[in-house]
Amino acid sequence: MSRSTLLAWQVGVAAALLAIWHIGSSVSIFGIYFMPKFFFSTPADVLGRVWKMFATGIVWKHLWITLTETALAFVIGSVTGAGVGFWFARKPKLAAIFDPFLKAANSLPRVVLAPIFMLWFGLGIWSKVALGVTLVFFIVFFNVYQGLRETSPVVLANARMLGMNDRQLMRHVYWPSTLTWVFSSLHASVGFALVGAVVGEYLGAAAGLGYLIHEAEGVFDVTGVFAGMIVLALFVIAIDWAVTSIENRLLVWRPQPHQQS
Amino acid sequence: MPHPPATADPAVSLARVTVAFGAGAARYVAVEAADLSVAPGEFVAIVGPTGCGKSTLLNVVAGLLKPARGRACVQGADVSGVMAPCGYLFQQDALMPWKTARDNVAVALEPKGVARAEAISRAQAWLTKVGLAAFGDRYPHQLSGGQRKRISLAQMLIRDPRILLMDEPFGPLDAQTRALMGDLLLDLWSADRKAVLFVTHDLEEAIALADRVVVMSAGPAARIVAQHTIDLPRPREINEIRLDPKFHTIQRAIWNDLREEVLKTYQAQAGGAA
Ligand SMILES: Nc1ncnc2c1ncn2[C@@H]1O[C@H](COP(=O)(O)OP(=O)(O)OP(=O)(O)O)[C@@H](O)[C@H]1O
Ligand SMILES: [Mg+2]
Repeated sequence: MSRSTLLAWQVGVAAALLAIWHIGSSVSIFGIYFMPKFFFSTPADVLGRVWKMFATGIVWKHLWITLTETALAFVIGSVTGAGVGFWFARKPKLAAIFDPFLKAANSLPRVVLAPIFMLWFGLGIWSKVALGVTLVFFIVFFNVYQGLRETSPVVLANARMLGMNDRQLMRHVYWPSTLTWVFSSLHASVGFALVGAVVGEYLGAAAGLGYLIHEAEGVFDVTGVFAGMIVLALFVIAIDWAVTSIENRLLVWRPQPHQQS
Repeated sequence: MPHPPATADPAVSLARVTVAFGAGAARYVAVEAADLSVAPGEFVAIVGPTGCGKSTLLNVVAGLLKPARGRACVQGADVSGVMAPCGYLFQQDALMPWKTARDNVAVALEPKGVARAEAISRAQAWLTKVGLAAFGDRYPHQLSGGQRKRISLAQMLIRDPRILLMDEPFGPLDAQTRALMGDLLLDLWSADRKAVLFVTHDLEEAIALADRVVVMSAGPAARIVAQHTIDLPRPREINEIRLDPKFHTIQRAIWNDLREEVLKTYQAQAGGAA
């Protein structure tokens, strides 16, 4: 499928969904609305609200807060996850001791931690960052830990035969392969950083996209809820696009089966 | 030709080296009591049926594998861990996938303390020697198997090690490039007579290159069954030396030793599969 036909199909699907929504919420059949306004709002109202949010500029502050929380959770979670993963990969005994604790911690649904983090870190951004970090940490940790243990023994042996000392091995073998595994979990970890931030805001905050949605729900403002969700979706698409372009730049050396060279 | 060795010690010597993998019931003795000595400046080729333990022997010399019994020495000193005088060209892909071809070659000079700018220019010169001058910016996955092997060759040789361990370095090359690379290797080797341990499946290649061809028996518990001195004149040119009548006499003699072992391996594996 060519790029333009693909785009045409995507626009078509979006238009069809909007049309169903519009008809369901504004055309009555024997006095009954298939999608009552009270529960579903209307596409025109929602898009109008989104437009208003950007036009008046109130949304920027919330976007900025959510972006900050996401970025902090991502950076802190990735650095600690990669650090611990790296350390454990090189110290198998340590890894064996901590293995059950890490598995237990990872199997805990993170939402239950949100109230505790709010007690510890307050209602500001740091409780949201903490929630995001608990999600990001494990993704990066497991990726780096597993990835490093599977580092090609031949590449490593070859580097040693070239006479590299520990510091040089670190720089030319361990570090690049750690980065590879951090990057390969980039999409997932950025996504979870965002989930942590929004869920945290939703459960208690004074700003952010999650807070906007929660506020609107509190007063049964369905238009506001949908508008918040659409802004959130746009935000996610923008971040995902940024991550993809960073990834393409950093992992040029990686074989890409779908790309002809 | 007077080439006084630096020491009287052989470059490589293996004495009754036995290598085993695993333990208990799963214990597999790959090589049994192998004796082998390579003089300084000598070119020794190892041939033997697949799976007999050729790579295993090279790993022992390189210090990557500890023998269960026996003694391995490099330049008179016991092998303990990876040793500076050896360069090793692995049978498998061993380039760092995250570095370009040129960086892969240049990085070999870093442990020697060569400045990066100089390392890069020397790496470029080596890429030219192996016929890949235009491929310096490619990553390993963008190169063919044979191109990767040649990059590995440059990576090993740029360090100028005294002892070369080469495990089927020309395996994935076509016959013509193979002869070209063989001539290049002989050129480099005759310039400063390194000791070479060269593993190959190709008996003709072994005879054309080496001073001595070592034949290993089929595994398990493979042994060194025969050693043939190749007294063909040097300097040699691979495509020429093949036409020498003496070449065929030697080839027939070694093939007699080898055929039995290859058949044994074949029967053992066919029996194992049935
Ligand atoms: N790590 C290992 N664990 C168990 N067995 C091994 C291991 N490495 C090698 N072997 C066995 O030891 C034997 C010798 O292996 P080796 O790689 O040295 O063979 P080779 O002569 O190099 O073969 P080829 O010509 O196919 O490369 C084989 O039978 C192989 O199955
Ligand atoms: Mg082998």
